Amino acid sequence: MSIRLQNIGKHFGKTQALEPVDLDITEGELVGLLGPSGSGKTTLLRIIAGLETADREPGGRILFGERDVTHLHVRDRRIGFVFQHYALFRHMTVFDNVAFGLTVLPRKQRPSSGEIRSRVHRLLEMVKLEHMAQRYPAQLSGGQQQRVSLARALALRPDVLLLDEPFGALDAKVRQELRRWLRHLHDELNFTSLFVTHDQEEALELSDRVVVMSNGRIEQIDTPDKLYRHPANRFVFEFLGDVNHLEGTVRDGVLTCGDARLAVDLADGPEELLLRSHELELAESPSPEAQLPVTVAAISPVGAEVRVELEADWLGEPWLATVNHANYERLALTRGARLYALPRRWHRFPAERVKQPSRAPEPVS
Amino acid sequence: MSVRSLAIGLGSTPKRVLPGFGLSLGISLTFVSLMLLLPMTGLFGQLAGLSLAEYWAIITNDRVVASYVVTIGAAAVAAIVNAAFGLLLAWVLVRYEFPGKRLLDALMDLPFALPTAVAGITLATLYSSNGWMGQLLEPLGLQVAYTWVGIALAMSFTSIPFVVRTVQPVLEDMPHEMDEAALTLGASDFTGFRRVVLPHLWPALVTGTGLAFVRSLGEFGAIIFIAGNMPYETEITALMIFVRLQEYDYAGASAIASVVLFASLALLLAINIWQGRFIKRLHGGHG
Repeated sequence: MSIRLQNIGKHFGKTQALEPVDLDITEGELVGLLGPSGSGKTTLLRIIAGLETADREPGGRILFGERDVTHLHVRDRRIGFVFQHYALFRHMTVFDNVAFGLTVLPRKQRPSSGEIRSRVHRLLEMVKLEHMAQRYPAQLSGGQQQRVSLARALALRPDVLLLDEPFGALDAKVRQELRRWLRHLHDELNFTSLFVTHDQEEALELSDRVVVMSNGRIEQIDTPDKLYRHPANRFVFEFLGDVNHLEGTVRDGVLTCGDARLAVDLADGPEELLLRSHELELAESPSPEAQLPVTVAAISPVGAEVRVELEADWLGEPWLATVNHANYERLALTRGARLYALPRRWHRFPAERVKQPSRAPEPVS
Repeated sequence: MSVRSLAIGLGSTPKRVLPGFGLSLGISLTFVSLMLLLPMTGLFGQLAGLSLAEYWAIITNDRVVASYVVTIGAAAVAAIVNAAFGLLLAWVLVRYEFPGKRLLDALMDLPFALPTAVAGITLATLYSSNGWMGQLLEPLGLQVAYTWVGIALAMSFTSIPFVVRTVQPVLEDMPHEMDEAALTLGASDFTGFRRVVLPHLWPALVTGTGLAFVRSLGEFGAIIFIAGNMPYETEITALMIFVRLQEYDYAGASAIASVVLFASLALLLAINIWQGRFIKRLHGGHG
């Protein structure tokens, strides 16, 4: 079932949590809502669910397929909702949790108890927890509880599945596993789903399309690939990966900043360039285009690449560069080594907005 | 302080990591002995003068048995009324924001703070046939003062905080997402409350109601003024004990008191055991 939002906004008291937005999600899509805390992503998800009511804007509508659900109560919207902290019913067994939605159906629509049993068992099989049916939630691990919560949300065959930071409370390894598993499940059952996350990696890995939000605004809607390669603005660029800043003055095609120089094809005046950490190379001597002397401050040789922290007098904040292990060995990097940074690419977003989005850590809600 | 005692504990290779076990348990037991066990021993000491037959005769005396019925009946009504209204009050105090909320919250403890005799006299004045409430209710054929209704009223007044104060923190701890989850699964407000919220509050509600009931069994000061104290009709068990004491019949008073004591103790123990099992289930035991 497709989801279409038209002119949906939300105020809490005087603060605008969500500026009026339009959003179209096609049937069967898996879409991530990505943004820092306070960006309005959870508010948007809860409005779609019906757990929050949108402001009365002229023309404000929420459509599921052809069905206008703007004024429908949560319980009539036919959605499945997965909460960050699972929100399982602690006094019920896993089986009863999953069966809950079916057992509260009006008597006429309610399946027989045999049918309920077989449906719940099929769901538990799907989330690989059929042997846990008689356990209580407190006896399960976090990952298992979230799978129960997912099975519970899917029990009524909802039109859309909404997930609020579904993996936020789990540790890294379980999160990775559940992510892959959700993607799998989505491809298999092909429901339309929308999930909220503040983890860019999660959003880029899992989604067909990502909606990047900040300060109650939608910044960009695109496929993960396009989003990464062609960010619409500086916020999106900065939010989707490590960023190094280079501020200086351009004169005659050369940007100068202290004793650092970089040849750029720009008009004269103050400039700020942004560089991705993997677009920086390290060398023992400067190139004709770039003379950026740096000192190695820290090295972390974990993972596919070596992360190197760089310092210099002309730098406000240290830079981060990633080099492959072969280069790392060739350069024989040690702390305190003096090298030159060679940018392969740089990016530039002329000041279009004064307000900087906050990047505070997500509060536990 | 705690760091030092911990360091000392580590030096002498203790069996427990947490310090202060011997001292704290010792003081607790001394306190329990002085404050609870000693008076109870005194009570049973009084009973020593009675033969089993005499004891049985005293506690099954017709007038005393009638007082059991009045006390238990009124306490049961008071407890059930308190369960319903206490739950409602706790709900209102936790779930909604409104002006005067803090005042209402503070008001909940008033029955604990007020001397029970003051409460009794106030209630009796209000509900007697020329009191404010009495005047209104009399024409409707409702007599509260000097009937068992008055007794139940006094009992529920003194014991309502037990229900509110046991349910309130549990309701505060209950995440809103639990109700929201029920709603997203299509449950009506009532079904959500009955199948999700109420089971969650159930242990606290039963405990609070049980405490209110036990408290009502022993209540004296608030009740005697409004009860009318007519033999066989509105005499409560605590009054029977008081009457025996006024007649210097200490053994008789102790005999009746022991019945109240055992009933209360048995009930409290039952609540404790039942609640323990329920909580174990919520927190991952096999229950």
